[in-house]
Parts: sequence; C-alpha cells; structure tokens
Amino acid sequence: MTVVAIVGAGPAGLRAAEQLVAAGLRPVLLDESPRVGGQIYRQPPPALQRPARELYGFAAPRAQALFDRWAALQPQVDHCPGTLAWHLQDRRLHLLQDGLPSTLRFDALVLATGATDRVLPFPGWTLPGVFTLGAAQVALKAQATLLGPRIVFAGTGPLLYLVAWQYAKAGADVRAVLDVAPSDAPRRALPQLLSRPGLALQGALLLARLRLMGVPVQRGVRLLGADGDARVQALRWQAAGQTRSTPCDAVAFGHGLRSETQLADLAGCAFDWDEVDQAWLPRCDAQGRSSVPGVYLAGDGAAIRGADAAERAGARAAQALLADLGRPVPPPTPAPPADERWRRALQALSPLPAGWAAHTPDELLVCRCEEITAGELRAEARHSGAHELNRLKALTRIGMGRCQGRMCGAAAARLLAHAAGVPLQAVGRLRTQPPVKPVPVQALAAAAPPAMPVPEDQRDD
Amino acid sequence: MSADSQKTRSGARTSTLPLLRRLAADQRAELPFTVDGQPCTARDGDTLFTALLAQGGRLRRNEPSGAPRAGFCGMGACQDCWVQLADGRRLRACTTPLVAGMAILTEVPR
Amino acid sequence: MTEEAGPQPAAQARPDPPGGTSQPGSSRSLAHGKLEADVAIVGGGIVGSSAALFLRRLGLSVVLLERGLCGASASGVNYGGVRINGRAPVQLPLALRSRALWEQLPALIGIDGEYQRSGHLKVARSEADLASLQAYADRVRDVGAPLELEMVTGAAFRRRYPWLGPRAIGACWSPGDGHANPRLVSPAFALAARAAGARVIEHCEVRHCSHDGRAFVLADGQGLEVRAPWLLNCAGAWALPLARRFGDDAPMSSIHPGMAVTEPMPLFMDINIGVEGGGIYGRQTGRGNCVLGGSRGDARDPLHAQPRAAAMAELCQRIAELFPPLAHAHIIRFWSGVEGALPDHQPVIGPGSRHAQLLHAFGFCGAGFQTGPAVGEALAHWVAHGRPTVPLDAFGIHRFSSTTTLKEHA
Repeated sequence: MTVVAIVGAGPAGLRAAEQLVAAGLRPVLLDESPRVGGQIYRQPPPALQRPARELYGFAAPRAQALFDRWAALQPQVDHCPGTLAWHLQDRRLHLLQDGLPSTLRFDALVLATGATDRVLPFPGWTLPGVFTLGAAQVALKAQATLLGPRIVFAGTGPLLYLVAWQYAKAGADVRAVLDVAPSDAPRRALPQLLSRPGLALQGALLLARLRLMGVPVQRGVRLLGADGDARVQALRWQAAGQTRSTPCDAVAFGHGLRSETQLADLAGCAFDWDEVDQAWLPRCDAQGRSSVPGVYLAGDGAAIRGADAAERAGARAAQALLADLGRPVPPPTPAPPADERWRRALQALSPLPAGWAAHTPDELLVCRCEEITAGELRAEARHSGAHELNRLKALTRIGMGRCQGRMCGAAAARLLAHAAGVPLQAVGRLRTQPPVKPVPVQALAAAAPPAMPVPEDQRDD
Repeated sequence: MSADSQKTRSGARTSTLPLLRRLAADQRAELPFTVDGQPCTARDGDTLFTALLAQGGRLRRNEPSGAPRAGFCGMGACQDCWVQLADGRRLRACTTPLVAGMAILTEVPR
Repeated sequence: MTEEAGPQPAAQARPDPPGGTSQPGSSRSLAHGKLEADVAIVGGGIVGSSAALFLRRLGLSVVLLERGLCGASASGVNYGGVRINGRAPVQLPLALRSRALWEQLPALIGIDGEYQRSGHLKVARSEADLASLQAYADRVRDVGAPLELEMVTGAAFRRRYPWLGPRAIGACWSPGDGHANPRLVSPAFALAARAAGARVIEHCEVRHCSHDGRAFVLADGQGLEVRAPWLLNCAGAWALPLARRFGDDAPMSSIHPGMAVTEPMPLFMDINIGVEGGGIYGRQTGRGNCVLGGSRGDARDPLHAQPRAAAMAELCQRIAELFPPLAHAHIIRFWSGVEGALPDHQPVIGPGSRHAQLLHAFGFCGAGFQTGPAVGEALAHWVAHGRPTVPLDAFGIHRFSSTTTLKEHA
C-alpha cells in the first residue's frame, strides 16, 4: 500500500490531500495544531468559534470553501492533529503525537510546512509586550484577545497593515503603524501591484480605513528600540530626520515571512538562494518536485506566495506526486504568471531595510534564546575571519538556542555578511539539526526498546 | 488580584499589568488555576499564553540573564513562551490549552 | 561528542566566486605558489594545530593544510571531556603532560575555552562495576600516576551526588579531570598557531603527495605546492590515504558517537560524568545546557555523520535514568561526528615505517580531546629535538604491520 504523508494542514496541505483522495489514496495528514487551516486560516478552539467573516475578513469565502471541502474529505484522510514531525531520516518521519513517539515510513511526502514572521530585530525586542505581527493576529483570531492595550504596529509587508486594521476594527487602541519601507515604495511598486488589481485594491482600502480611523501611518521609518523596564513602555523610531518615542503597552512587528524549511533540509533537499525572498529555499520545479525523488514542496514552506497560491501549489504538488506514481493525471496547470508578478510586487512594496546591519548597535540581542549581541557576533567574525553562518554558530552559539535560528537567522546572516564584507548569499544558511523543535527527553525515552547492555565497541566515555 | 499577590511578585510593578485583554465578556466555562501559588481564573479554550498574560505581564525568565519574557511569535516557532508547572512539566504556552488546576510557575529557582 | 554546528558547507572564499549553491568542497583556498617550510602538517584539528603552535614556539617554520575549517571536525564537535580517568595506563604519561597544558590554556591560546577542572565521576551501577573501578584505581596507583582517584560509595556517595539516578550505587572520583568547550578550544589552537607565525591554509585539500628524496611535496591540484623535510599526518579519521601513500597502513575504522544537548536547565551539576561500561556520559555547561552522549550515529557522507534515530531514543532513556533532574528537559539538538578508531583502542602516534621524518598522529578512538595539546607538543619536540616529550613507543604504527591484522580489520 502506498503511504503518502502530508506535513501541514494549511491551504497547501489541504488541497494536496484533496487531490490524493480524488485519486483513491488515503493520505496521512500531519499537523501540530488541533484543527486544520494552518496559520492564515487558523481556527479557534471550539469554545471560541466565530463566523468566518469575523475571523478571516476578505478571505472568509476562501477559508469557508476550504473548511467545507475538508469536512467532506476528512473521513478519507488519516488526520493526525497535535502531531510534531521532529525528524526525517531514510524516508521515515519521526513523530510526537500529543507527546507520544511514533514513526511513519512514507513512500511519498508533501511538505506544506508554511511560514512564520521574519524579523529584523531592534534593541529591546525581547521585552515582554513585544511580539510579532503573527502573534498579534493569532491572539485576535484564535483567542479573541487583543495585545496591548496601547499597541504600535511596525515593520513592513502586507501583514503589517492587515493586522493593524484588524485590531483597529476590533476596538484596539492602535497608536501608530510604522513602515520601514521607503516612502516612495508604493509608487515604485505600482506597475507590479496591478498584476492583481483586486488584492492591490484591498491593500489600498486597508490603508484608507486606517487613516479614516485616525491611526497615524508613517513610512520611511527606522526602528530604534523598545524602551521599558520589565515590559515595553515606548517604541523609539526615526523618520524624516526626526527621532520620536511612542508610548505603548505592546508592539507587534515583522518584516514579511520566512519559510519553514527544516524538514526539507533533513530530507536532503538541495537549496538555492532566492533573490525575491532574500532567503535560501529548497529547490523545486514548477510542479513542486524537490531535488529528492518522492518529496514534494508546496505553499509558503517552499516560497512565500500567499494563501491562494498555496492552494494551487498544493494541488499541483499532489498531481506531480500522482504522476510520479504512475497514476493518470490531467496535464499540469502552471502557476498563473500573475502569482510571480505579485510576489515581486510585494517585495518592491516592502523591501527589507538595506542599511539594517550597518545601523544596528552592538548591544542588540540578536539571539534572543542565548542572549548573544550584535557586538559579540561582529567581534568574533573579525577575530576569527569567519564568513560562513555555521562557523559563526560554532564560535558564538548563534542559532543554538531553543528556536534553532528561526528568529535570529535573518539578522545573523545580515550582520555576518556586513562584518565579513561579502554578499548576503555568500554566508550560506544555518543547517538543520534534529529535532525540528525541542522534544522532551521522557517522550523519546518511551520509544526506546528495553535497555540492552552497551556493545563492547560502543563503550566510549 | 489582591494587594498581597502584587507584593509577593518579584520584578517591577508594571510587570503585573496584563499584556492582553479579552474582546468581550463571554460565557465560556471558568477554569481555576494558579500562578506562582496565587489563584487565578481563565476560560475554557484559553491557551496558557492567554491565561497568563490576561492577568500579568510575564511568562518566565530567560536563563542567561533572568530577564523577563512573555513570548514572541504566538505560533510555536520562537520557543520563548515555555512555562514550568509546579510538577516539573514544561509546556509551550502559546500552543498548550489551559487545563483546570494547572499550577504554573513564572519564577523558577536557578 | 559535543556541540556540532551542523555540517558546514565549504564557504565561498573571498572574493565571492559567481553564485550557485553552497556545496561541500566547492570552494578553495586563495593560496597558490610554492611554499617551503621546516614542517608541513596535514589536518587542522586540535592535534595538528597544537603541533603547529608548539613548532612555532620552538622556532621552526610551519605550513598547515586543512581541507575544511580548522577545528571543525572531530576536534570541534566532540563531547568536551577533559579526562584522564579510565585511560589505559600506557596513555597516562601523555595525558598527564596534557593536563599541565590544559591548566595553562589561556597562555597558550588566548582564551579559557570554558575549561573547568570540575572533576570527573565514573559511576558504578553494580558491584561488578565497583570492582572494575577499584581495579583500575589500583592499577593507576601501582604505576605511580598521580591521579588521586577516590572511590565513593554508600551513604557518602548519596550525600555527595543526591541527584544521580537510583541505579547509581557508587563511583570513582577523579578530582583533576574536567571539561571544556571544543567548539572554541580547537579553532583557537589554529588561530594561536597562525598568530605565532604558522602558515595556516584552510579550504585546502591535499590531492598529491610524494617525497623527492629530500623533502615531502604536497600539492592541492590548484596551484599550491608545499615542500618540507618533515611531514605530520594529523588528518584524523581521514589519515589513511596519506599514510598509505608513504607505505604505512592501519586498521582504522570510523566511529560516530551520537550526541545530544538539552535546553538550559537549572544548574544541578558541574562535574563531568561517565559510567562504567559506557553508554552514557554527560556534563552541564555554565549556561545550564546539558551535553550528553553515549549512543551511535551513522555516516552521512565521507566527511559527515548524522545521529541515528533509534539511538536517540536509547540515549534519552539512559538520560532519564541517570539524571532525574532532566526528567522534564527537552533535547534541542542531536548530532554526530566522525572519529577514527583502532581495534586496540589506542591511537597511532609516531614515525612512518619508511620515512623517519613522517610523523603520524591519528585514530584517537573518541578520546583525543584531552590528549590533543600534548600530542601536538610531543610531535613538535620530536621534530625539534629528535624525540618526544613522553614515551610514545606503544602507539607506533608498526604494531599493525602484520598483514593478517590489516586484513581482519579492512
């Protein structure tokens, strides 16, 4: 029996499951969350269920369509919620399902692992009250809560304006929206933005609504720091030559999204530098085949393209998988060219601040897990001549904390490239080491066979 | 929260102010739990993140410096929101539902 | 083994060649031309780098060629144990000399490398284990080695180590042992050697080697040639091709110790712990992370190893059993590495059978971190003075020269 596993039950994973079920397969759908939907269509716990329009705004029809489809599919899918795939080796996924270990040997695998916020930090970002845009959105969507009360939104990217507006609409005290993209970015990105006029209009409407509600919106911002004793009390920033400090109780910031690629790395997928996402991404053909036979990639976990594109990519990847299994499938529908144009439009609209590494002060905690400063990274890069990210990790511990480089990776790469005087691409990427997320000693211990004496040739100490 | 419980908390007074508020009063079942020994209430469906930050401004202290932390990414990626229970268990606050009777510690002796 | 930062793709040397994926072996050093030195060293781990440093201190010129980055292989990813306790008596002179060097680490390499003389505890889980430990302590005393080993059992044991799991019934305590951070120490030896004037060339793989009657000649096939009357083979698990080129061989295999590290946990121990019979060893760093080993990994490619999934579970079981304070800990990283091992559990150190000025130093069987500095010093003295600092006859490669032995272990 052919075992097909899908990691991730967001838009990409669900549409992949749909295609596989249509072909008569029974895929195993794994996700850490208790309910499907991924992050963008994250469903609250049943006790907090609200209408889709309230939860997902403009995207409500798509979300609802996906959930309706899922309801029909579910009996034909092996759904494993609350399940972490913490390792992948030799075509076997190592799982923790509600804390209990198991393994799943697969014949084919779809990785639809999604994305998290990408952050370029500022001093004080570890203070209680400073969160990502994603965290602010999850608090609202999945828990019916508002971070704050007084909240500043900062960073760049479409999520910045979306979450700010969602909060303002819900009655939050939104003190400011601070965009680090240059003031002329919208004008420059306009031709590309017209590739998806509907989405561009939505964005413009969001901005207009924010302004109508009296929320100060500022572009061309440089974020200087979050100030406070035991929690954030103000966000300090600079624009048009002036330094300002906005009192607040919470900050939500982010600079776009970053793909979760750890399982692709453990699967042995080749990675290439992607100029648009400014990140190393697993190599993937137009249908979603990775460089490893039997491993397919779809959705934001492969490259940041948004929820609609993720649905299409999930379907395409599943069809490629079926074709490779020798099943009859219709000829592949390529991704609409507008997808790529829109992706580039967002990049033009919300570029990462080019001078970030040069302007970041030494005292910034780059690695929030291990509390390693920019100054320490720069000093070690100078002292040792290191110009590769894994070497910097070995020497400074950056990326060795619990988050395994998720939060500090982008910042560390930029600081190293700047310190070493090499292009960003040249410093490479942090290589994944299992477990993909921290795993409890006890849980893994439960998976071991009864203790056997240690073989003679393994008695080292 | 009683004046006593505010006094027994270490750290600046501002850290006792909640970091989030609920959208509306709701009818969900109440769940009793404790934080550093003090009795609190949460709602059915709350994560530990919500339950703790609805009545305070800190989840834990980070190891190297003891600096207070209250989570960051909200979706189980940054690993900043791990809290410890009195029975020794360690749980990631943003992805773990609160269960009635949980005894959570935000201060753990080093 | 200890904190591996993940396999390091050979980074692009500056200036950056045209783009493409970062693949191991895809970069090269910028050095080219003909270099001459008193001593050429192949391998920039702790042994080769230490040798380079001591050679410079003795006034000799050195070129060190390292295929990847110095101190990034076994020397940089091992457990970090700095331990004499448990070593075969034949290694004691070398290990004791090395202990003296560890005590001067900042003077040697400019950093403390997180070295702590915390003591090492070798735990017994049965009466038979206790008897073995006692027997070893007796042997050590009989050869006059000043290790100050102390057997601790019963109530005293429980009082001193209340946090050890219930199966631990006693231990041998070695106060002079400790632990350090290999990720920092090993590269620092190479940096110190370079600061002392050694020519240390990374991203340089020796593709051709020969002897022209007067000197060894090494070439990387990309324009670099090194000539030196002395050659040190410090190429670790990859030392055999070079050895064979000059008529030597040894039945070395690769082993891949499986390692794990926990999240920072409340401090409960600072000593280095092992168990009689093997299978688990652990230490807690000042930051609270516990570095643990005792299982096995597998080779991923000729240069790298990966942890083995089943072995991870076994290791966790042993961790939970020996270290109850880690019952609720999370593992945040598993890794493995590549070390050379020889069937008699002793390294190869000494001259080649056909070239008196070829010195081998490899195959440390997972125990080369503590002895590394002294091995390098011994090699340097051998070159400069014609003999090593301590007797090394037991480690000669000639002990494998019977063809039967080699065939058995091929």
